[in-house]
Amino acid sequence: MSKKLLLEHINVPNILGFEAYRSKGGYTSVEKALKTMSPEAIVEEVKKSGLRGRGGAGFPTGMKWSFLAKPEGIPRYLVCNADESEPGTFKDRYLMEKLPHLLVEGMIVSSFALGANTSYIYIRGEYMWIVGILEKAVAEAKANGFLGKNILGSGYDLELYVQPGGGAYICGEETALLESLEGKRGNPRMKPPFPAVKGLWQSPTVVNNVETIAAVPWIVNNTGDEYAKIGIGKSTGTKLISASGNINRPGVYEIDLGLPVDEFLNSDEYCGGIANGKKFKAVVPGGSSVPILPAELFYKTANGESRLMSYESLADGGFATGSMLGSGGFIVYDEDQCVVRNTWNFTRFYNHESCGQCSPCREGTGWMLKVLHKIEHGQGNMEDIDLLWDIQRRIEGNTICPLGDAAAWPVAAAIRHFREEFEWHVKNPAECMVRNYGLKKSTLELSFN
Amino acid sequence: MGNTYDTRTKEVTAKIPFPQDLLDKIEEITKRYPAGKQKSALIPVLHLAQKHNDGWLSIPVMDYVADLLQITPIEVYEVATFYTMFNLKPVGKYVLEVCRTGPCCTRGAEKMIEYIEQKTNCKVGGNSADGLFTIKAVECLGACGYAPMLQLGDSFVEFLTEEKVDSLINELKNK
Repeated sequence: MSKKLLLEHINVPNILGFEAYRSKGGYTSVEKALKTMSPEAIVEEVKKSGLRGRGGAGFPTGMKWSFLAKPEGIPRYLVCNADESEPGTFKDRYLMEKLPHLLVEGMIVSSFALGANTSYIYIRGEYMWIVGILEKAVAEAKANGFLGKNILGSGYDLELYVQPGGGAYICGEETALLESLEGKRGNPRMKPPFPAVKGLWQSPTVVNNVETIAAVPWIVNNTGDEYAKIGIGKSTGTKLISASGNINRPGVYEIDLGLPVDEFLNSDEYCGGIANGKKFKAVVPGGSSVPILPAELFYKTANGESRLMSYESLADGGFATGSMLGSGGFIVYDEDQCVVRNTWNFTRFYNHESCGQCSPCREGTGWMLKVLHKIEHGQGNMEDIDLLWDIQRRIEGNTICPLGDAAAWPVAAAIRHFREEFEWHVKNPAECMVRNYGLKKSTLELSFN
Repeated sequence: MGNTYDTRTKEVTAKIPFPQDLLDKIEEITKRYPAGKQKSALIPVLHLAQKHNDGWLSIPVMDYVADLLQITPIEVYEVATFYTMFNLKPVGKYVLEVCRTGPCCTRGAEKMIEYIEQKTNCKVGGNSADGLFTIKAVECLGACGYAPMLQLGDSFVEFLTEEKVDSLINELKNK
């Protein structure tokens, strides 16, 4: 049974309201931080905790905070990245829907630690009803003296605003998010300068994921050392995993990092095994961008140890035999799922979501989409598989932001581990079309609108 | 300034100027940013403008928003065309946005899209003849654990089945 640091009070009645949240010890981290700690001391605790960015990159949060430039007379900003759009990921939504005050509390403490007096929660526009939930929580916190001028008599001022996006996956990339928050197209910026030096309106800015911010109150209340005791190695603390696909119990689960993957996939406490008595075929363990792992590589690492749900263990073996923890979007495929079709689907996603700035991504994703469409619809040949490999290799590492890599990796992994399935499509063109999942027509004809 | 009409169809394309309560709301949003950074309000304001303007953004509405935020019209157009939630042509009374991305497809999203097309007599990307429905196939909406799903206005309808689609469509038709 994993500890519940984030979701402990999720089933408390009326936990959406301030009173219930407060009665369960809510906002004590704000009192502790503002009355007894210096901003530097909080940054130090977060460093000690080993907390890593929960949006997908896994960068140490305390280190990110310590990079924040602090020039005299220039405001600093904290922006919460709630633009959760990675296919397979729905944990931030769950956290915000169920425990909005936890995010607000985390934003207050984190803003104080960073010396920000105005902070924003940038949330994807499709989560519009959550904007209302968060704004209500912000208003309640303000009415109770936890936001606004001179919070708890400490002399610290903070305003917190919720900003909806307009529907664009790319705005989950932090510099694209900042562009979007400035009222522009979500085109990622060249780095350096990094947001820590020139971010929102050219001021020093920290951008953190919802789950990262939500972990801060516990760290402030219980110390970074206590947090670091949970988990395994450099994967400290707990992580929210969004489980979807062909499993018995899809949903959001909070796990101690280091939980064996076998237990996560098959125990009734979590995914509950593969649905409908089917066989387990493959898993994408960290959101659509990370490499797909076939069943035989999933349970054991390259040197034969049991694989664990941690940053290091899931990445063990590099891309040859491993994958990544990423955002924790855990997508499971049963024997009936077609890897070629899924790769085509994901490539359509990246092609649709490419901002169009960099040629390798803009043109490369479209090219891969056409080749994958050919193969999936029984019009491919063997050279197409090598062509795909070649295209993805030329996208990876050649773009301003990681969307190019994110588009390349799923294609590379699918060919690496399931080449025979691509070849089957080439050799059995008629069957590709007959199979067609009971659909009357090809869904490629779906418009891009 | 009053309502703008399409010269051919005589349909209203822009309900401008905005009513006072909407203008007040926009004023409040622009105050969330430092002085001179009111452009940051653009996306939240476009959402409000689209809701007010029967679900879509016409050129006159975008020009009007540019005026309100003291930015140039092109700054509004380039944003409105970039983000998928903004509709640049008229939509039906109810916009059904069905997820078509991988995790939903493992649980039958593609069949569900076909079924919805058939029930509403409306193709993806188009509007139904009775003006009631617009069907969009969209990318991941963050409901993969509750697939297949669709978005209707500000809410999600999850764990879609044919029965659920039937009752939703009937309910909307009789509203």
